Amino acid sequence: MLSTYPGQPAVDHPVSAPIEHRFDPYVDNGGTLLSIAGDEFCVVAADTRQSEGYLINSRYVPKSVKLSDKTVISMGGCYADCLTLTKRIQQSMEWYHHAHGKTMSTAAVAQMLSIMLYQKRFFPFYSWCILGGLDEEGKGAVYTYDPVGSYERESCRCAGSASSLIQPFLDNQISFKNQETQRRNLSLEQVLRITKDSFTSATERDIYTGDYLEIFVITKNGVQVQKMDLKKD
Amino acid sequence: MAYNGGAVVAMTGKNCVAIACDKRLGVQAMTVSMEFKKTFQIAPKLFIGLPGLATDVQTLAEKFRFKANMYKLKEERELEPRTFAHLVSSTLYERRFSPWYVEPVIAGLDKENRPFIASADLIGCLDFAEDFSVSGTTSNQLFGMCESLWEPDLEPEELFETISQALMNAVDRDCLSGWGAEVIVITPDKVITRTLKSRQD
Amino acid sequence: MTSRLPQTKGGFNFDNYVRNAALEGRGLAVPKATKTGTTIVGLIYKDGIVLGADTRATSGPIVADKNCEKIHYLAPNMYCCGAGTAADTEMTTSLISSQLELHRLSTGRQARVDTAMTLLKQMLFKHQGHIGAALVLGGVDIKGPHLYTIAPHGSTDKLPYVTMGSGSLAAMSVFESRYKPGLSREEGIELVKDAIEAGIFNDLGSGSNVDVTVITSERVETLRNYARPNERGIKEASYKYPPGTTKVLKTSIRDLMDISETVKVATTEAMDIS
Repeated sequence: MLSTYPGQPAVDHPVSAPIEHRFDPYVDNGGTLLSIAGDEFCVVAADTRQSEGYLINSRYVPKSVKLSDKTVISMGGCYADCLTLTKRIQQSMEWYHHAHGKTMSTAAVAQMLSIMLYQKRFFPFYSWCILGGLDEEGKGAVYTYDPVGSYERESCRCAGSASSLIQPFLDNQISFKNQETQRRNLSLEQVLRITKDSFTSATERDIYTGDYLEIFVITKNGVQVQKMDLKKD
Repeated sequence: MAYNGGAVVAMTGKNCVAIACDKRLGVQAMTVSMEFKKTFQIAPKLFIGLPGLATDVQTLAEKFRFKANMYKLKEERELEPRTFAHLVSSTLYERRFSPWYVEPVIAGLDKENRPFIASADLIGCLDFAEDFSVSGTTSNQLFGMCESLWEPDLEPEELFETISQALMNAVDRDCLSGWGAEVIVITPDKVITRTLKSRQD
Repeated sequence: MTSRLPQTKGGFNFDNYVRNAALEGRGLAVPKATKTGTTIVGLIYKDGIVLGADTRATSGPIVADKNCEKIHYLAPNMYCCGAGTAADTEMTTSLISSQLELHRLSTGRQARVDTAMTLLKQMLFKHQGHIGAALVLGGVDIKGPHLYTIAPHGSTDKLPYVTMGSGSLAAMSVFESRYKPGLSREEGIELVKDAIEAGIFNDLGSGSNVDVTVITSERVETLRNYARPNERGIKEASYKYPPGTTKVLKTSIRDLMDISETVKVATTEAMDIS
């Protein structure tokens, strides 16, 4: 609506009622992340677009962080909260290392993250977390969280703005849901193909997903990072 | 849309089209019926899918049947899919400021047996797609599935598998849709209707 | 044949209004209409008008149509880009287009751009902004090239270069830095393409391809998908299923056959007309 006074909205009646200002410290910075557990590997992938409303803040802000040689965390939601939460996890892991002289296992990090999230039950971190890594036996492990710390170990999970687009595809292709065929174990190459196709498809339809795809592959040899182009519109 | 739930998807193949719907009717979270189909035949090779508010689904299905029959009587020829799409569009836009709560999907073969699919929003904005059209409370999930699964020139049997898998896996991630599914594949000489075995939860 | 359809007087039908308000009052979520987040632009160059648009239509955060057409036909010498509620831009432009056609037939003259602009603004003002159409109208008539923007409430601007939609700021920044009067055809198209691409890449509501339409006093060039800077990534695998993957409960097949009727005209003796 056009207004005579720049910067002031056109109001057709005088406003005398008290105005309530709300404290709203959350923003949604968009983006999508997923993790798939294999027999001897784990894949954690996320796009790198950071946005606010219709604006792109940055085309390259990684959502995933390597926590140890066996664990990678990926987070989406409010970027400020994700950043703080990641720092807290890293600090706690360092103290654990000093106190016990060993690196935290994936299961231990998973348990700790749940507690950290629940500690802020009534002023939560706005973050969708997925923890991927290898368990004590060297098998792939995926832990997924809600913003207040409810967590579960699964075989695959997608979170963030395009989660509703990708999750049914993973159910079908990774867990062989609704298929009358025999389920089989997937190789790392097959899982990477499905991961990349999930993101190219999500980029077509979700406006908050795009720019680059960053894939963390966790095997017994450590963590390798791959990058791939996604559409930039 | 979210009051009764529902999902409809249409896809094109090589000289064929398919349209599929779930069969749930709910009142918010409570399932009332598992035999509530949302696709309706308009002409021998033309179907419309109407997900949305159930009362409007039934009202409009009758309205479109009436209008399509009147067209056939007046014009003495079959209703073409593209013509029908514009009929749907103007019927919906007439109520721009008090709309019917439906998001139709149209699928059919035209008189040269070329595939045609289209979808409209609740006020009749047409979207002509060359690959697939989705609608209903499950639209996000269906978009994700179709975008990954669909490829050009699928034969009728391949198209059936693709659209069925797209629909079933999508509705399993939507608590307002599912409880059975029906798939219709339209080819130049056959209309094949199949009821799928799906999760009932 | 008289139709048994209830005859409407024209205009909108409000029959569902009370019901819909009641449903909304009970907390039913209203379905989202398709919007065109959109970057649309236009500029005047040496010999006429260049109009440009992106091709993305959105429904909330989801892309509803990846390659829609936003440059609408109004008259042989006029085209109109639309942003806002997709159904409104589509229906408003086609309504005015048919009014202009009748106008041309009754006057026997080419319609003027300001006639179209007045019809559009009066239509939009009458509906007090409830028809959510933001338009860029461009055309060439007897008085030369004209370029307007029309806001949903019916206000208009007449400028040498204009942008509208959610990507308007990105596009305008390109125009402000590079537009000059008297551009050549190639320079004009290139500038419009760059402005639309600024919207496509920097505004999340705009995306996919660039459509361009060039209007001169002699002819109109429709350059559909003039630039395609966003081709889909190639899929790594095919997801075709083997037959029998889906479990079927019931199948019914309806065979369609062509029924053709051949009428045989019986040869009889010619009528005696002597």
